[in-house]
Amino acid sequence: MTDFSGRVLFLDRSDINTDEIIPARYLTEITKEALKPHLLEDLNLDGFNPERDIQGTSVIITRSNFGCGSSREHAPWALEVNGIDLVIAESFARIFRQNMYNCGMMAVELEKEAINRLFAEFSEKETAISTDLAANRFKVSADGETAEFSFSISDFDRALIEAGGWVEYADAHY
Amino acid sequence: MGKTVAEKIFDAHFVDNPAGDICVLRLDAVFCHEITTPVAINDLVRRGKDRVYDPAKIKAVIDHVTPAKDSKTALQGKILRDWARRHDIPDFFDIGRNGVCHALFPEKGFVRPGYTIIMGDSHTCTHGAFGAFAAGVGTTDLEVGILKGVCAFKHPDTIKIKVTGDLPAGVYAKDVILSIIGKIGVNGATNRVIEFTGPVIENMSMEARMTISNMAVEAGATCGIFYPDRTTVAYLWPHIRDEFLSEDAALEAYQQYLPDSDAVYEDTITFDAARLSPMATYGYKPENVKPVAEMAGTPVDQVYIGSCTNGRIEDLRAAAEVLKGRRISDSVRGIVSPATPGVYQQALDEGIIKIFMDAGFCVTNPTCGACLGMSNGVLAEGEVCASTTNRNFSGRMGKGGMVHLVSPATAAATAIAGKITNSTLYNG
Ligand code: SF4
Repeated sequence: MTDFSGRVLFLDRSDINTDEIIPARYLTEITKEALKPHLLEDLNLDGFNPERDIQGTSVIITRSNFGCGSSREHAPWALEVNGIDLVIAESFARIFRQNMYNCGMMAVELEKEAINRLFAEFSEKETAISTDLAANRFKVSADGETAEFSFSISDFDRALIEAGGWVEYADAHY
Repeated sequence: MGKTVAEKIFDAHFVDNPAGDICVLRLDAVFCHEITTPVAINDLVRRGKDRVYDPAKIKAVIDHVTPAKDSKTALQGKILRDWARRHDIPDFFDIGRNGVCHALFPEKGFVRPGYTIIMGDSHTCTHGAFGAFAAGVGTTDLEVGILKGVCAFKHPDTIKIKVTGDLPAGVYAKDVILSIIGKIGVNGATNRVIEFTGPVIENMSMEARMTISNMAVEAGATCGIFYPDRTTVAYLWPHIRDEFLSEDAALEAYQQYLPDSDAVYEDTITFDAARLSPMATYGYKPENVKPVAEMAGTPVDQVYIGSCTNGRIEDLRAAAEVLKGRRISDSVRGIVSPATPGVYQQALDEGIIKIFMDAGFCVTNPTCGACLGMSNGVLAEGEVCASTTNRNFSGRMGKGGMVHLVSPATAAATAIAGKITNSTLYNG
């Protein structure tokens, strides 16, 4: 099972849509790997450079309504093939959120205050997160400073992560 | 406690409650197109699960890029085609018979009130126009739908939107839904079902209803549901006449999918149609909506009429009404893509295709085409398009392009003037 830990990429914007996560022109790809170089290529965010900023990160922290727009699962895949298995946001678009768990990945919502605090205290630093899934806790650390955040996910989403995604779960149960 | 339409449909299709308010439902249909399905097929094959739950309940079409524009899109089509053959899927629509999924499948009679439908496409909500619960899903949900005929959904909290009054001249279904999205926002109905009701809605044709339900997702909604009525039954009648003795009998059967009078809604919002005017979007979100009057004069390079929102016969008629006897501006590239071969044929029979061609439009085959910026009218950087489609996201019709969403009548008037223009100027 994925450990949902690693370096953080902060994206300080709400309503980042799936066209920004992976542009429609790459939907002709039929393998996940082919999406790898194009993650967040069209992201509308000052100072963000996908070639420089994505490399080596495993977690995205962002604002509200992440993953809105088209239902394309290419969005979580583009994250997955770049080694990003966890997105933490104030809120998610329904389909995107479900797609994440369906792929055995995590999309976790935190309160606005917690997200504000993460941005205020950590977004300018080299930040890493380690996730304790059993305890529902994130440990965030940068420059020797640490902070802990608890989160909740439903039993069903947890079962999906443990089964390795919805196809395996459904084929075993129905 | 009374039930909403979606709650009734959920009850009738219940399979399991694996957790919290998650319901696993039995599916009446799984729709497939060549962009999101090939990956699902490849993944099922990879898992050793290349099966389909019921070939007759799977409907597949090549619609997004057709004819194929390059080797990659040709391969996507081939994967879908080979799979449909391998599993004897009877309703597979290839070139010559294909059209935009959300226009083609209703036309073929594949949707019924009370149905549960999924597709790997966010505008699957369109089929709510028939009183069905139809939702866009990701590829993994699609895989499970294909494999097991089930899908998991959250309990459908519902918002009721009532549209009252009378539509003023030049105001169409597209203007109604743009106004609604402008008011409630791109997140206004996230994770919820919308029920559309009220006299304006009741008087709408199925085409107009589909324009509205189509864009429910642009307000975040899972599905936009209309109540099955005589209009629904009349549209479906050629496909259901063997199932019912009369249209009345069909109506009575479908009325089990009306909400109870004491159904519980999260919110009820009323719009007065009399106060609406033609609308256009101005930014990169469908909620950035202004009256066309305030946008008038904005120059455009291209006008696109088509898509699952506004590529049906009524839409082409509304545009042709404005275009008739006129020519589009030399500075504008006009492109029209009838949504299905049926629409195309009807438009030919009615002389509408000739009106478009005489006006200087390029008429393409039925396809999604320019709508998603993959073929048939991709914008260059810095170009502006007035479009009857449903998404104005940055890059949607081509990197660096700007899309203004409008009704077919506004699109036609805009093509003539070369800048965003109210159709009543030509049509009043
Ligand atoms: S017409 Fe556009 S919005 Fe509709 S299904 Fe095709 S690409 Fe999607």
